[in-house]
Amino acid sequence: METLYLLARGPLCWATAIIFVLAMGWKLSKAWSEAKAKDGSSVAYLSWKFGLRSIFNWAIPYNALGWKENPLICAATFCLHLSLLLLVLFADGHTVLWEYTFGLRIWALSPMLSDILSVVALTSLGVLAWRRIAVPQVKFVTGPADWLALILVTVPVLTGFLSGFLGGTSALTLTTLHILTAEILIVLIPFTRLSHAVFIFFTRAYIGSEFGGVRHCRDW
Amino acid sequence: MSTIRERRITDQGLEIGLAALTQDRIREAVQAIRNSETGAKMKVYHETCMRCGMCAPACHFYVSNDNDPSYAPVAKVHQTMTRILNGEDIGPQDVYDFAQIAYTECNLCRRCAFYCPVGIDIGYIMSTVRRFCYKLGMVPQYLNDTGNSHASTMNQMWVKEDEWTDSLLWQEEEARDEFPHIRIPLDKEGADIFYSVIGPEPKFQTQLIYQAACIMHVAGLDWTMPSFPGWDNSDMSMYIGDFETMGRVKKAHFDAAQKLKCKRIVMGECGHAFRSVHDVGNRWLGAKDSPVPIVHSIKFFADLIREGKIKIAYKIDDPVTIHDPCNVIRGRGLMDELRYVTHALCSNVIEMTPNREYNYCCCAGGGVINCGPPYKNSRVQGNRVKAEQIKRTGATIVISPCHNCHSGLEDIVHGAKIDAKISFLGDLIYPQMEKPAHFTEPAPCNGGGHV
Repeated sequence: METLYLLARGPLCWATAIIFVLAMGWKLSKAWSEAKAKDGSSVAYLSWKFGLRSIFNWAIPYNALGWKENPLICAATFCLHLSLLLLVLFADGHTVLWEYTFGLRIWALSPMLSDILSVVALTSLGVLAWRRIAVPQVKFVTGPADWLALILVTVPVLTGFLSGFLGGTSALTLTTLHILTAEILIVLIPFTRLSHAVFIFFTRAYIGSEFGGVRHCRDW
Repeated sequence: MSTIRERRITDQGLEIGLAALTQDRIREAVQAIRNSETGAKMKVYHETCMRCGMCAPACHFYVSNDNDPSYAPVAKVHQTMTRILNGEDIGPQDVYDFAQIAYTECNLCRRCAFYCPVGIDIGYIMSTVRRFCYKLGMVPQYLNDTGNSHASTMNQMWVKEDEWTDSLLWQEEEARDEFPHIRIPLDKEGADIFYSVIGPEPKFQTQLIYQAACIMHVAGLDWTMPSFPGWDNSDMSMYIGDFETMGRVKKAHFDAAQKLKCKRIVMGECGHAFRSVHDVGNRWLGAKDSPVPIVHSIKFFADLIREGKIKIAYKIDDPVTIHDPCNVIRGRGLMDELRYVTHALCSNVIEMTPNREYNYCCCAGGGVINCGPPYKNSRVQGNRVKAEQIKRTGATIVISPCHNCHSGLEDIVHGAKIDAKISFLGDLIYPQMEKPAHFTEPAPCNGGGHV
């Protein structure tokens, strides 16, 4: 198990980073060149001003009409993304790795705060999963790709959370599993619905540009 | 929940199209949509839509049909474009379903854009589904007829060239009873304003041309209309997915204004035509904005009143509410100008909720009302929410500066037995504007007599 742990934390970690950067870079450059070739009448309207305006206004909870009229998913979405971001960057175990791998000493969340954020993330994921089963308009359009995206995110959060409560071999096993599933998640981002993590900035900026520049109207 | 197959409506155009469908043709159209008709935009939308369902409450069809999930915007995509892009087997009956969903259960009103956190333009996706259906000859009969008219005559209503000029001369003659000096100037080169209307105006709404001529006359404007094709700014081809004809129609319109060397185009109270000239058709012609400056009537009227070119003699006291048409409000941000004009004409304005850019669609636009009588019931039922909106205001007049909204709202208030009249802005401006005596006095004639 220790060998696997070291493999996951070392070479696989680097491989994950390289694969993610290359795959996402390839997808972005392919999309951009195809957009220029085939979506010229859309690309022409991209505007920094209106694009950033749209991103900003949708980044505020309960600001956009969609957020206001879907209060539960608004809460779940913001809680999930914010807690994930904080955990990825500042969870105490992660900060050790930042320092160990890159020599970066950064502020760390207390173990208790990490646990709270993990619970928040898991609860938010639970809400999203519940919607897929119980809310008719979500259930109607839910397919395997949507469950895959949810599972890919849930497993590393869950294993990371649980590993803190265990000791000895079990902790090592769970931590290894946490690292491996997180690596699988990162590698698969460019190839699943999770690619919205990157593409959303472009789609949001584009619709914002159309509404602001052509339609003289807000889009939130 | 109902399924699209259960709520199928018999349409002669779709039945004829269906009989001619083959798997090979469908496969070819699928390939065209996937490989040549769309690019990265569609692919990214397909991949990043999180199927969160947040867009559902945006849609009047969804809300009015008791939150039936199959009417949610994302569900409409799921039942059509998702299947095309996933490479699923699509049979002739499926294409019939696609056509009914895309042409008659989505108004392309873009209200769902306010609900999608990812920023997906579902209007664009449903337009592309229409394009797919059009390529397979699967277009509702009545809508297809308007497209054929556009392709043959450059106007929407099979108006012949002599009928067009006859209608204008007839309205000029009628108006001379009221304004003895009035002209509807035809083909006047270098005029400040090229005034364009939609096909139905000369066909069966000539009073709107009459009113516009009177307003232009009283405001003392330098204006003209063309005697030749290009006078019609409407564009059902855009909604059919026949972009080739859309391009021809738009070119004829802009060319007519340029041929007459007019400074700007002022267009009547139409929403979809406005979308076509400043947002969609111009792009097909390779123009980032419209090749000739275009002013919608709402803005035109607001400027006339603001600049004192027409003066409003009196305001009406009736309770009035405002319907915000998607293509001029969500499509061009004219909500404040619309309110400026309305408040200049009416003393008792009651706002709908929601309103302005958030207003619910009329359920007629996007070519839906042009699909004709077979879909009237589903259209009225599909906008119960709008009837409730109007009813809550208690208004007896609904201002609606768009032809499609106007006709659709008439059906909706009639269906819901609401005692309200639908009104264009021109319907109020024309009777309420000051008509100074020198405009209405008989013209002097040789020998000091009168004509």
